[in-house]
Order: sequence, then structure tokens, then C-alpha cells
Amino acid sequence: MLTKRIIACLDVDAGRVVKGVQFSDLRDAGDPAELALAHGRAGADEVVLLDISATYENRSTLLDVVRRTARQLFIPFTVGGGIRSLDDAAAVFDAGADKVTVNSAALADPALIGRIAHRYGSQAVIVAIDALRVGNGNEMHFGVKTTGGRHPTGRDVVEWAREAEQCGAGEILLTSIDRDGMRDGFDCELTRAVVGAVNVPVIASGGAGAAEHFVDVFRDGRADAALAASIFHLGITPIGDLKQELQNAGIPMRWPC
Amino acid sequence: MIAIVDYQAGNLASVKKAFDHLGYESAITADPAAIARADKIVLPGVGNFEATTALSGTLREAVVKAIDGQVPLLGICLGMQWMFESSREAPQLRGLSLFAGECEKFPAAVKSPHVGWNQLWVTGASRLLRALPQDSFVYFTHSYRAPVVEATVGKCEYGGPFSAVVERGQLFGVQFHPEKSGTTGLQLLRNFCEL
Repeated sequence: MLTKRIIACLDVDAGRVVKGVQFSDLRDAGDPAELALAHGRAGADEVVLLDISATYENRSTLLDVVRRTARQLFIPFTVGGGIRSLDDAAAVFDAGADKVTVNSAALADPALIGRIAHRYGSQAVIVAIDALRVGNGNEMHFGVKTTGGRHPTGRDVVEWAREAEQCGAGEILLTSIDRDGMRDGFDCELTRAVVGAVNVPVIASGGAGAAEHFVDVFRDGRADAALAASIFHLGITPIGDLKQELQNAGIPMRWPC
Repeated sequence: MIAIVDYQAGNLASVKKAFDHLGYESAITADPAAIARADKIVLPGVGNFEATTALSGTLREAVVKAIDGQVPLLGICLGMQWMFESSREAPQLRGLSLFAGECEKFPAAVKSPHVGWNQLWVTGASRLLRALPQDSFVYFTHSYRAPVVEATVGKCEYGGPFSAVVERGQLFGVQFHPEKSGTTGLQLLRNFCEL
């Protein structure tokens, strides 16, 4: 049976893993290569490395960090942040990534998704969407934000997810900015809306704080995978314990791992 | 020396890293002479079946000649699909036809690509799968799948059964990525190295 995936995310700034609350207030949490390996051993199904300041500060992704991290990691490894062109993506693949995430650059030029997919396959292109609740009551919708959540785009999340799929995205990484770093649960409504609109896997992100949040996002949110950062780095929820709890709740997990 | 055939389809470095980790010498190459000298050949690959166009001509001849000489061949993902006759993904191209049948898309009832950890259902005697427990989890990522055929020794279930592992004599193919399947995948690669 195809399992639901637990993905450990490393938010990297200047070569170190950091974790912020709602994209700010960054704190140091360790070396990316060491943490990636530890997460893999602990049972993570995949590791994602996001160079969170690459786009904002206009830096290229830290390829040496990618190379070091990829060397010992024998589970899927995704890299994102600052990928603006096919050449940027190629450099990250060459350094050892299996997949890339594109965000701002894909919004500016959706054809970039297809260019990467044509060369490396759709399975290697994840479109990352940062979502924010906009408006209230019946007027509420999920709006797309870009550049680390600093600027609104005027786009609707569900529409953009559909377009990204048509352009060749193999997965959608959906982050709720409202929940990011809050540890009070994933945005299941947001996740369900996107899962219902596309036929590619959706990775839910933002808000993981406890095992029941994962149960909710897999059951109610219908997510294919769930991503978390701080609860794993800070040792709040060991991945093995989390997977055991999910297994007990009837969610299919890779187990033992 | 294990020759990892370079046909510009990505994922080559990951396969090489796995062999490095296991302590077996390998080289990424597109040189027919290097393939002719190899003890074993790996056809890695992710991406579109069209990418196998790069495997025409002298590269294809070198691979065919080596396997005629009983050199073990392991196809991974797209590399395994190329060992079948053809794929609906690029119907104009011919595979190596080492296994019968055509690769096809997943039915619309399931999400595609098939991404993630799924279980391996071992259905036949296999040297490649030695010491791998039944129902082991391995990592898949693909939009097309190979049919279940006589040479199928491991199946996977996703929108119906398909070939996860094929094996006949010195010919081996896996649809999943052993280089990305943790300790299970490394065991499989070690089995191949030790053939």
C-alpha cells in the first residue's frame, strides 16, 4: 500500500538550519547535513532543504550545503529557494538533489515549470505555494503570497495549483502562512481545497505541533504527505514515535523504517 | 567496474553515490568502449521515455553486446522501462525488448505520478531480492508502469498490479529507486554488486 509520507524540512539560512515563526524570528538549529542524516535515520520518508533567504537576498542556493547533505542521504532529497531558471535547477540537481521546488520564479514565469519538467521529468518538480487566508466569512479565500511571504500576488491558491499542475508540476508543496511555526495544527481546509483541485500529490506544511495534527491533515485534509521542521529539529516529537501513533490511528506509514 | 550509462536523464550521481557508499567501484560513462569493458552495467534514469533516444546508435549496440556476453544489467525506473518493448509515453521509440510488453500510464482513478513509499510483493525466486523481507517499503516516482510479465519477480499495487522487479538470468530491472530506498535499497544494490 502507498503510504502517507512524513517529510522533515530544513530551513537553511547562511548555511545553518534555522526555524522561524511566521517566516521571521529565526533561531539557529544546527548543521543541515548532520540534521538531514539524523532525520533519515529517525524514519523521515524524505528530506527537504529550503534556502529560505535565497530569493529575498537574491543569493544563489548554497550548493556546497546541498552536496554535503546529499552525500550520505539515501532517501529522496528536495531542494528549494532561489531557483529562478533551468540553469539554477540543473546546478541543484548536479549537487545531488532529486527534486527541486520552485515558488516565486514559477509565479513570474509558469513556463519555467515545464522547462525543468521536460529535462528532469515532472516527478522532479515541486511547485511550492505559500497560502494566506484573505477576507472573512463567505468572502474568505486562500491567496498566494511570494518571496518568503513578504508580498501578495493577487492570485488564488486553488487556481494557481491547477495551473502549476497543467504546466508540469509533479507535486504541490502547500504552506499555510497563517499556521507556519504556530504548532497549532495544519490548515486542513486549505489542504483539502487543493487536494480536490489537482491530481498530483499534495504536501501539507505549516502548523505541525503534535501527532494528532498529522492524523487530521491526512484524514480531513486528505494530504498525501505532511512536512514539518521545528518539532523534529527541537526533538519535540521524535519521527519514530509520530509514525507509530499514525500507524495506530490507521494511517498507512512506512514501518519499520 | 560498474558502468553507469550516461544518457542525460539525471539521477546518475545518486546511483554512483550509493555504489561509493557500498564500496564498489563505478563510473558514469557514455563511452561504448568503457561499457564493453564493464563487469556490470546500470541503466539509471528518471524522466520521459523520449530520453532513451540518447541510447540509440553505438551506446545501444554496446549495451546489447555486453548483455549477449552475459554481463549483468540493472535497469532502474526509466532504465527498466527501456528493457521492455515500448512505452505509450513515446510510441515511436523501440525499447530493448528484453521483456515483453508495453509500458502505459496509470489509470485516471489514481493520482499520477505514483510518488512515495510502496510495498514490494515478492512473487518469484530472485537473486536481486535476496535477504529482502516480503512487503518491504521502497521509493517510487513514475507516471508510466510496466505490465506484469513472466519475468516479474516483484509486484507493486497502485491502481492495479504492475512490475516492480523483473529478473531473467543476468537481466534485472526495478521500477523503484533503490538508491533512494534507504537500507532496503542499499541491500538490493549490494546484491547486484555481489552477483
